Amino acid sequence: MSVPDIDIAMPEPRGRSLWVDARRRLLRNRAAMAGIIILAAIVLLALLAPLLSPFAYDEVNYDLISCAPGWWPAEAACSAPGHIFGTDAIGRDIFVRVLYGARVSLAVGLVATVVSLVIGVLYGATAGYLGGHIDGLMMRVVDVLYSLPFIFFVIILMVVFDRNFILLFVAIGAVEWLTMARIVRGQTLSIKLKEFIEAAKAAGVGPLGIITRHVIPNVVGPVMVYVTLTVPTVILTESFLSFLGLGIQEPLTSWGVLISDGADQMETAPWMLLFPALFMAVTLFCFNFVGDGLRDAMDPKDR
Amino acid sequence: MMGYALRRLAGAIPTMFVIITLAFFMMRAAPGGPFDSERRLPPEIEQNLKAAYDLDKPLVRQYAIYLGKAARGDFGPSFKNKDFTVAQLIATGLPVSARLGLWAMALALLIGTTLGILAALRQNRWQDYSVMSVAMLGITIPTFVTAPLLTLAFGIYGITLFGQEFSLPVGGWNNGAWRNMVLPVTVLALPQIAIISRLMRGAMVEVLRANYIRTARAKGLPATQIVLSHALRAAALPLVSYMGPALAAVLTGSLVVEQIFGLPGIGRYFVQGALNRDYTLVMGVVICYACLIIALNFLADMIYGILDPRVRLK
Repeated sequence: MSVPDIDIAMPEPRGRSLWVDARRRLLRNRAAMAGIIILAAIVLLALLAPLLSPFAYDEVNYDLISCAPGWWPAEAACSAPGHIFGTDAIGRDIFVRVLYGARVSLAVGLVATVVSLVIGVLYGATAGYLGGHIDGLMMRVVDVLYSLPFIFFVIILMVVFDRNFILLFVAIGAVEWLTMARIVRGQTLSIKLKEFIEAAKAAGVGPLGIITRHVIPNVVGPVMVYVTLTVPTVILTESFLSFLGLGIQEPLTSWGVLISDGADQMETAPWMLLFPALFMAVTLFCFNFVGDGLRDAMDPKDR
Repeated sequence: MMGYALRRLAGAIPTMFVIITLAFFMMRAAPGGPFDSERRLPPEIEQNLKAAYDLDKPLVRQYAIYLGKAARGDFGPSFKNKDFTVAQLIATGLPVSARLGLWAMALALLIGTTLGILAALRQNRWQDYSVMSVAMLGITIPTFVTAPLLTLAFGIYGITLFGQEFSLPVGGWNNGAWRNMVLPVTVLALPQIAIISRLMRGAMVEVLRANYIRTARAKGLPATQIVLSHALRAAALPLVSYMGPALAAVLTGSLVVEQIFGLPGIGRYFVQGALNRDYTLVMGVVICYACLIIALNFLADMIYGILDPRVRLK
């Protein structure tokens, strides 16, 4: 005797999963949605940078040194109508440089965050899942590292290895994984007592399989919130280093370099400071709004 | 309390050790030595120089020598500022940085807690929303943006207040005259004001709902006394544990602030040292910073222990 297929006959009762709920709450959060849209616009601008401006990011023009944009309301020594954000001290177009700076800053933000994500999640999940003495030891290491003034070590690294671009990503990422590891460990400790882990164990899944297939997917929520808050921190760190002259080197640029150049010239050419500072501040703002929005969406009781 | 203090202190020693070790081996891993200049030195002289700085000995031996000397506060001579020892440079720079940092922390604590309490007492009203949005600004906009912007507004353009042109010096230390301190201290304090007011608001909102506050209200105590003596003690706990990270943040902020305003603090020495590959100076400053952070973390732990007896028993 065959079992009748009731799914076809009955209208499917649609349950709302936690994710659907979270998405609905996020969509309703106006600050977070505005943040996402502005961020998307900035990313798009950064990606399309070469198409959006007739100037190259390293194109020097000694006839237009520190010129104000054409629409600048105050009086300026010279004006360059073609350059919508003006030009810098050696006549490069600031608009295109801000967009290239966005590329570097966002790339550092993403790559370093992914580095911290991978290290932090694996480390935290392992410590939390194994528990006992191993957990104690692993978290003790995190505690010790936590109390180190890490930014100084990043600076030393940049000095020692001559401002290597790749190393900058890795160094910043390696600093940021500690909090991630703590969050993931805490979550893992509570998840590993759940029934489905027991079921997986009973089915003969090994520790590695349980960690990667069953524990990590369940810590995605809090981790995602922390990731959106890590990206701006990383962007800040990179800009901080670049500002001090220890990050990205010419002719490549990042927001930190541009702000540093602008700060040197702000008496005569304030546009050199204002536009990169504005782009960076808006980006950091948006990330923070999105992060807060995600947290509220994932954990409504926290509000 | 004594046992708790000792346990904390014992935890600080391995941290210190890790810091010195990491800093030492990272600096020594650097390609290019401190004596690689354009002009090649005669081999004998280079040999003597290396011997004078112990650079001719095996790495492990150098490390042991450095550890021994560092424990006595001797970080050797600066590689680039030839006439000074690192200890001398730190001794001239530290008072400047300390003064800057302490004023900034004092300002941040005063304004931050006041704003935080205000926001908590007027929760979900316009006072709360305005304090929290200003705090958001303070957290997201970094020091190296606020510093030039404030300089532009107050130093270069000058702001007219009460019919009087009001402008501040944009740089220099001038032996710590208050006019020179205003801008750097404000810039350093702004992000901390923001974070502290957020922390304070959160803690205060929670504490004000506690039963013992309701009891105090019920027995008719004046509102100011409830807030300032009953609620503040409990609400100050997260603030105390934030003091360690706050100090670290002020120290890193001072790197930028000292650079922008041209102040002769250790942050400036550190950045210059890093750009010039002045190994001994950089290591000396890192160790000095680490000591400061560890010492203040310890202090914060102790205060926490006094305020909240529960943590001592753990």
